[in-house]
Amino acid sequence: MASKKQDIQSIIRKHKGLKKNLIAILLDIQSEHNYLPPESLRYVAAGLDTPLIDIVGVATFYRAFSLTPRGKHTCLVCTGTACHVRGGSRILDEFERKLEVGSGQTTKDGQVTLETVACLGCCAIGPVVVVDGEYHRRASIRNVGQILGKYRKPETPPAKPQKSRPAKSPAS
Amino acid sequence: MIEFIMNGLKVRAEEGWTVLEAARFYGLEIPTLCYNEGLTPWGGCRLCLVEIGERPKAKLVSSCTYRAEEGLVVRTDTKRVWTARRMMVELMIAMAPGSKQLQDLASQFGVTQVRFKPKNEECILCGLCVRMCAEQMDGRAIGFQNRGHKRKISTPFDIRSEECRLCGACIYICPACQLRCQGPQAETVLCNSCLTMDPSCLDHFDDLQCWMYDAGRCGTCVREKPTAGK
Repeated sequence: MASKKQDIQSIIRKHKGLKKNLIAILLDIQSEHNYLPPESLRYVAAGLDTPLIDIVGVATFYRAFSLTPRGKHTCLVCTGTACHVRGGSRILDEFERKLEVGSGQTTKDGQVTLETVACLGCCAIGPVVVVDGEYHRRASIRNVGQILGKYRKPETPPAKPQKSRPAKSPAS
Repeated sequence: MIEFIMNGLKVRAEEGWTVLEAARFYGLEIPTLCYNEGLTPWGGCRLCLVEIGERPKAKLVSSCTYRAEEGLVVRTDTKRVWTARRMMVELMIAMAPGSKQLQDLASQFGVTQVRFKPKNEECILCGLCVRMCAEQMDGRAIGFQNRGHKRKISTPFDIRSEECRLCGACIYICPACQLRCQGPQAETVLCNSCLTMDPSCLDHFDDLQCWMYDAGRCGTCVREKPTAGK
């Protein structure tokens, strides 16, 4: 706890303790902790001498910030217009079913965070699925399992693949 | 002193006055919801819209945030303004059908239908409570969170804030908190009882038999409800 407070204070110091650098400070905290822990926002409010509600307002406004812990991998499914007409929402459904989470949530094992995105600007290769910045072109319901397997298997060899495999086999 | 034209009349206003302040000074009624004299103007409810400039270049601006300027031409109650206000009332009623203030406005402007799905959020996000807390009470306990359709007013992390002193100013100033006459669980989204002010008790008595604050406003003694939208 104490070290965390010092971490945040050093981040604030790095940004000269200026209120205008709030977003940069929050981004730094997020890249360190993978999300914005509630107490960290309190430290930021104290460090910047700003009301806590203003910090929370900014942290909840932008989608880049998350107040709940995020998974190791971030899986973005495009549901923009072009990807939608090519079945993007059905692919999202398949992801939700396979991962057993809704969009915007993280799997119980903390491996994958599923999110939707409105458009990634590469509609020609849609429907697009992006995992950890890697683009998967022309995704379909059939290769959802393949995409997931690529990221889930090597991370946790013993338990997790067994969990995801029985879910996979009845589907395909 | 600034001289400008409001509803065809030459009016004078102090430097720095908003159009709304000038209009109120001259006794012109402009409805507002998110405006309060003691708080900074917000321009959120869009009820105080007025038309400025000459047609066809005239535009709608919120009078609570628009400073009066020399030679300005303002019209406070044109067809365009009323259409816009009606739409705003309709949208806000869909957000908070339980609010008396909104229902009164609906009757005042003749809004007889709500074409949107009622959401019953009982908050129109006017921000009065946020400004009240920060500016008058020096609390800063509540504020806007999230965005888009998820936008809401709450304390940080939705738990009781350490800054909150339970002064109740936010509830005092809330335009959506005063419940409508039929109570919170009224059957219809729109009340419109005040549209037909025809109390039946006057058939038998000389005076209204209503002991409520706004005589006859409760709508219980009103004979007929107007048929919606026709």
